[in-house]
Amino acid sequence: MEARVQGCVTCHGQSGQGTNSGYYPRIAGKPAGYLYNQLVAFRNGTRNYAPMNYLVAYLPDAYLREMAEHYAKLRPPFARRDPGSVDPAVLARGEALVKTGDPQKTIPACAACHGASLTGMQPGIPGLVGLRPTYLTAQLTAWKVGERKAAEPDCMKRIANRLTESDIAAVSAWLARQEPPQDPSPESANLVRMPFACGSQK
Amino acid sequence: MGLRIAIGAVVLAALAVAVVLSMQPGVLPSKPPQEKAARPAGATNAETLLIQKGEYLARAGDCVACHTNPEGREFAGGRAMPTPFGALYSPNITPDEETGIGQWSSDEFYRMMHSGVSRDGSLLYPAMPFASYTKVTRADSDAIYAYLMSVQPVKLKNRPHELRFPFNKRELLIGWRTLYFKEGEYQPDPKQSEQWNRGAYLVEGLGHCSMCHTAINALGGSKESQEFEGGMIPNQNWYAPSLTSNREAGLGEWDLKDIADLLQVGVSKRATVYGPMAEVVYNSLQYMTDADAEAMAVYLKTLPKRDADPLPTSQARLVQPTVMENGRKIYDKQCALCHGADGKGHPPAYPPLAGNQSITMTSPVNSIRMVLNGGYAPGTKKNPRPHGMPPFSHIFDDEEVAAVVTYIRVAWDNSGAPVAAAQVPELRKLLPE
Repeated sequence: MEARVQGCVTCHGQSGQGTNSGYYPRIAGKPAGYLYNQLVAFRNGTRNYAPMNYLVAYLPDAYLREMAEHYAKLRPPFARRDPGSVDPAVLARGEALVKTGDPQKTIPACAACHGASLTGMQPGIPGLVGLRPTYLTAQLTAWKVGERKAAEPDCMKRIANRLTESDIAAVSAWLARQEPPQDPSPESANLVRMPFACGSQK
Repeated sequence: MGLRIAIGAVVLAALAVAVVLSMQPGVLPSKPPQEKAARPAGATNAETLLIQKGEYLARAGDCVACHTNPEGREFAGGRAMPTPFGALYSPNITPDEETGIGQWSSDEFYRMMHSGVSRDGSLLYPAMPFASYTKVTRADSDAIYAYLMSVQPVKLKNRPHELRFPFNKRELLIGWRTLYFKEGEYQPDPKQSEQWNRGAYLVEGLGHCSMCHTAINALGGSKESQEFEGGMIPNQNWYAPSLTSNREAGLGEWDLKDIADLLQVGVSKRATVYGPMAEVVYNSLQYMTDADAEAMAVYLKTLPKRDADPLPTSQARLVQPTVMENGRKIYDKQCALCHGADGKGHPPAYPPLAGNQSITMTSPVNSIRMVLNGGYAPGTKKNPRPHGMPPFSHIFDDEEVAAVVTYIRVAWDNSGAPVAAAQVPELRKLLPE
């Protein structure tokens, strides 16, 4: 399988750990269901990123599933990070949103769905660890403006709509500074606890 | 030149408008309404077979590729077809009575396929490949009709085309048709085998290969005299190589098995398909029977050889030593692992670059695009888990892309000419990051 996914390596790294470039995300260890949904969305054009749309345009479901499962199993080491300096007030806002949310704006904590250690949840919620602020900001903004979407009911859409631009910057900055957990495996599915219904968790 | 032709065509069209009433086809005389058979209860075996045959032929014609919007329902149309003249939107060809072709008769369907005239008498834009489909037999047209009438009807109104003036005037098409459309079913060549004729019928008819593999001029027409000589595909910016030149995708020197594999499997010992051809293989050619894939190969191999461009002179092939050295270094570091230091690759997983015509042909567009964007071969029934090449657009600058493409075009006795860094930036814009 490793030979077959050489098409991914210049952006996502040999083991899906990501590369030095500021944008391309780590994909290793994300839940297979999440990765599969993204590959299908790129193929069908419901998630837009031209280089990805082009690469997977003519690949059948079964093979995309296999690719997703391949990367979901990998546990390459996390890259060292250079967090740079960020205003402590911004980081405090980011940490609050991640850990407790903002009840006044009915924003649930990221951790409520993405896992206590932010490693994601089976089958369809991605981990937020090991991602760079540029990627996180771009994705949250894409959700907010409606460019990125998921299966209905689209829980992430509801949340992104309630985030301001500075919220997005704060969350991204805080997340990107966290030490990766010992075990980066996603949590098992736990429907009871989720604050919103999510189409990708069906 | 293009402008002169365009003006000429507008004049021609104006003349045509004068006689438009006499020349514009009308509505076919209606027949007494037929009982719409309530299948499948009374479906006979013969009817099922006809529908199955029609499904196969619709695959051969790749109807689904244009008549289905990504994420949309099959055959419900609505897919945007960007053209140099504005956007066309493919119509709904499901049997919905109101928004699809549910009210069409098989006569009306055949006239559309054969003459490029819609049910209401209006002329079709040649984005619909009726210049190829005209070669389809009445029996095959009826089978496709039977199949389309059997698919799930979808209620979806056709989206109006967004063509610029004067191309939004369908009367202009009378001029286009006079210049570029020759109506008539495929006539078998008695001097050739049955297999050859079957291949020719599929390639020239339903396969509508000439839509891309014959250069399109400023008016969106293609000349029969240049059939299969290749050209840039408008709005897609891939070069569809000539099928008649052994310097491009001419197949005269290929084994039949490799030609058939390329068409049906998407990979072969000689080359791999990417880009628009990957779409054709994915949606259409992978479903061809072995016999039909081989028949197409037999026909394609015999296309007359017309090498438009002579081999580049040794002068034109001169490469600056620094560029060659840079290209070799990049190749050894980034490419050799899969394609081999000797350029022989490991086909069919990793295609060979040495002796690969698609790399040495005059237009370097496809090679540059492959280096920039990478690519996956299509996943097909016979190759459901294809290998892929990663993009390098974010790793190489223009000089490096030009150097490595130059290297693969001239190394290992390849007969290509060097490319300049100035050719790269335009192609970078195609898949914006």
